[in-house]
Amino acid sequence: MNFIDVISRWAIPILLLLIPVLAYLRKVPVYESFVAGAEEGFTTGVRILPFLIGMLLSISVFVDSGALQIVSRWLQPLFAFLGLDPDFASIIPLAIMRPLSGSGALGVATQLINQNGPDSFIGRLASTLLGSSDTTFFVITVYFGSVGIKKYRYALKVGLLADLVGLIVSVWIVTKVF
Amino acid sequence: MVNLIWLLMLATGIIVSALNGHIESVTVSAMKAAELGVEVAIKLIGVMSLWLGLMRLAEEAGFIRGLARVFGPAVRLLFPSLKPNSPALGAIIMNLSANILGLGNAATPFGLKAMQELQKENATPDTASPAMITFLALNTSCITIIPATVIAVRIQAGSVNPTEIIGTTIVATGCAMTVAIITDYFFRHRRTK
Repeated sequence: MNFIDVISRWAIPILLLLIPVLAYLRKVPVYESFVAGAEEGFTTGVRILPFLIGMLLSISVFVDSGALQIVSRWLQPLFAFLGLDPDFASIIPLAIMRPLSGSGALGVATQLINQNGPDSFIGRLASTLLGSSDTTFFVITVYFGSVGIKKYRYALKVGLLADLVGLIVSVWIVTKVF
Repeated sequence: MVNLIWLLMLATGIIVSALNGHIESVTVSAMKAAELGVEVAIKLIGVMSLWLGLMRLAEEAGFIRGLARVFGPAVRLLFPSLKPNSPALGAIIMNLSANILGLGNAATPFGLKAMQELQKENATPDTASPAMITFLALNTSCITIIPATVIAVRIQAGSVNPTEIIGTTIVATGCAMTVAIITDYFFRHRRTK
């Protein structure tokens, strides 16, 4: 606990100190180089703006409508069919949300963790799920969009398959360990 | 596929709202999403500038080349199409390191930078190159050692042991990453035959 806590608090300050100091010792004009590099941030941010808005539009309308709950309810019998605890069903919205939206998934997970308690089965499962995959759909569309790629080929399939495996393994390992 | 998913989510959302009798929520969500997009992009400009500035320092001091020399051979096994001294390697390594350490907002700038470098080596600019797909597969399924956000949420919820999920997270991400690497390899070779 302490060790991890220390790393996550010190990682960025140490990088911010170490890189400029070592660069200065190697005779890099630190301030000027920093500014030159930072310039690129603006163009990239502007370039991804339309892709962000496009994805957020579709995801927000879908989630805010309550469609997520309906889809989750449809999927419940599948869980029963697989012989899994019906309790698991409460994590379906999180599992659907995870590849779509980072802030959305964080919201759903926080709610689950607070409702069930962080040290409950659902709380632990929600924590593992949240920590264990990225917003695949979002990353793929925005990253490709930023450089003008229109044909994604098999990228989405690979990403979503990995997410599915992450979900299954999360359920399995949390059941095993706790 | 993306076009269809995009349309399906949008249309389903509108139909469900209409059936539930709160069609006006669609308008609110749509406007909010547009505003949120700008907010996210503007915030990202700040974070991107910060990390890209720092990365330039690291580059000019030769650290990125050093990193690429140490980790490059292993990373290049996954990216056989990249040149040995490709500038994309440094950005890819930085992105993966940030992901592993759970530094989400540092990962995105390096990731977008890596995509730009990969695009320079892409022979067909409108189609994803195999290296890009491998990179995204790794990026989205990357093993996470410190899920910092989750730990923060757990602390706030009053967990007795907020870090106990680190082990399960490592196992889940490890399996997801393995599957991503294997399926990516499979698809890449199926297409080239």
